[in-house]
Amino acid sequence: MDQQTDQSGQKPLIRIENLGRTYRLGETTIDALRSVDLTVQVNEYLAIMGPSGSGKTTLMNMIGLLDTPDRGEYWLNGELVSELGDSRLAKLRNREIGFVFQTFNLLNRANALHNVEMPLIYAGFGRKERLSRADHALEQVGLADRAKHRPVEMSGGQRQRVAIARALVTQPSILLADEPTGNLDSATGADIMSLFDQLQKAGQTIILVTHEASVAAHADREVHILDGTIASDTGAVVH
Amino acid sequence: MMFVEMLRVAAQSIRANFFRAFLTMLGIIIGVAAVITMVALGTGAQRAINEQLDSLGGNVLSVRSGQGFHRGVAVQTDKLTADDVAALKRDVSSVTAIVPELSVRRQVKLGNQNRSLNIVGTTPEFADVNGFEMLYGRMITQGDVGAKRRVALLGGEVPVEFEIDPTQLIGQRLLIQGTSFEIIGIFEKKGSQMFDNQDKNVWIPISTAQYRVAGTDNLGKIGVQIAPGIDIGQAIIDVERVLRREHKIIPGARNDFNLSDRKQFLQMQQEATKIFSYLLAGIAGISLIVGGIGIMNIMLVTVTERTREIGIRKAMGATRANIMVQFLIEAMSLCIAGGIIGIILGGVASTLLANLAGWQTPVSVTAVTVAFVFSAGVGLFFGIWPASKAASLDPIAALRYE
Repeated sequence: MDQQTDQSGQKPLIRIENLGRTYRLGETTIDALRSVDLTVQVNEYLAIMGPSGSGKTTLMNMIGLLDTPDRGEYWLNGELVSELGDSRLAKLRNREIGFVFQTFNLLNRANALHNVEMPLIYAGFGRKERLSRADHALEQVGLADRAKHRPVEMSGGQRQRVAIARALVTQPSILLADEPTGNLDSATGADIMSLFDQLQKAGQTIILVTHEASVAAHADREVHILDGTIASDTGAVVH
Repeated sequence: MMFVEMLRVAAQSIRANFFRAFLTMLGIIIGVAAVITMVALGTGAQRAINEQLDSLGGNVLSVRSGQGFHRGVAVQTDKLTADDVAALKRDVSSVTAIVPELSVRRQVKLGNQNRSLNIVGTTPEFADVNGFEMLYGRMITQGDVGAKRRVALLGGEVPVEFEIDPTQLIGQRLLIQGTSFEIIGIFEKKGSQMFDNQDKNVWIPISTAQYRVAGTDNLGKIGVQIAPGIDIGQAIIDVERVLRREHKIIPGARNDFNLSDRKQFLQMQQEATKIFSYLLAGIAGISLIVGGIGIMNIMLVTVTERTREIGIRKAMGATRANIMVQFLIEAMSLCIAGGIIGIILGGVASTLLANLAGWQTPVSVTAVTVAFVFSAGVGLFFGIWPASKAASLDPIAALRYE
């Protein structure tokens, strides 16, 4: 029980203890994560920072359930997820995590609406329900009028907004953004960051992974990773 | 619900690379069309042979005068005679009828036209034993043979040959080598059998042929009808024994006659056709498998091309099974679409060939079902590896794939 509730008695969204991940490349082994402890509360706005090769991407993959740890434990919403199999992980990724990538990762063949609809297919929603939710999500990011456009017909900022709508459409516990402004000019990047700020104010938990201080400045809490461990943590700010 | 979505994605992907998909499908299309056509043709050929088998009355052995050798040169020896007929009748117990045939080619004049036709002298049993039916008139009778009457029966195509209405011919006269004959009947057309068309022959009593037309009693052929239920092999041995004795052939010497069993020959032909059509269907099946390998190849390309998409889908919550099923559906859609086009093409091809060959070549429901199921199976079988390759992709690596 003590692992699932903290001192304040509140149940944390994420609780990571002693997490480690080692990659093997032939003879050599690389400790991408040595021993990470991290607790994230609901509605936190967190930035994970660190130079490339520090292990921040590995940590993000762990949090996003794309990778599984070799050591340690990871509780998400009270469920021990570090030991789960593929289909349960896929279900949790679908329900709990909304990904936003540096390179947007939209399907070029599909229009904005169908891109946003996609996670709902795997959630098992009917077509009508899917389309109305996707419409709503596009509205949320201010792209209701671009629903029928394909990614190639949109600007970078618009594409990233579609990606954010896709991440939000399942109403996930965590919005997980990996360098969301990395491929955008600074004005568009600022737009995207203010969208994140609004979402956080509306109650969304957000985890940003970035090496840009200006992006991290939007977050309430900064966690610095170095050589596979947490070098500094400004601490939780719970709203 | 998810299945419908996966079908939609598969259709989208096939449409996006339509030409490539079509080329890939060609293997399946050709394979299925070939299977359908070959099976239909095989069935048609079988039917044609079966009809011929049915048209033969009972078991009939044919004895033909064979080739003899004179100073190393093959010469026709006309060694079958009325004595042979009598001996066979007397000494082969399983015989129910014996039909001698004496054939000569003669000039025939009917109306104001001349044709060179086969004149066959025979006996009344000829029609029964050989399965000929009367179209008009009557058969040659024993009385005709006894009195050496000058009466003639025409094959079904003779009236066509002389461009005369067959209904007008009974009772009319025709000239064979200048001798006048009365036309007493016309046979129904029989069609060609084993490279032999008898519909242009003219039949006359055997005695008339011997004394008034051919001037010889050497027979070209003796038809021997064997009683039903008698082992044809034993009958052949008996006939051979009697004829060798009659012809005084010393042991070890070759027969101076040929014995053949039409029914057995047709049955052999039937077997050969069956084997041939299996062989063709087998080759067609191999082309289906080659088509399947083509599908596998293109699916592997598709999986590689869509690595990033697979990564995205996995990140959005697609399970391994979801990805697997999606790519299997795509592979099977290609194969089934190819299969359907192939079935249509095969149906058209066998109808065309049927009209050309004059056969009935029914496109069987079985062949269509088998071809369809087989092509779906090919899609499933050759789709599994690419699909499982897609399903087992590491989402992190897939998302980073350029």
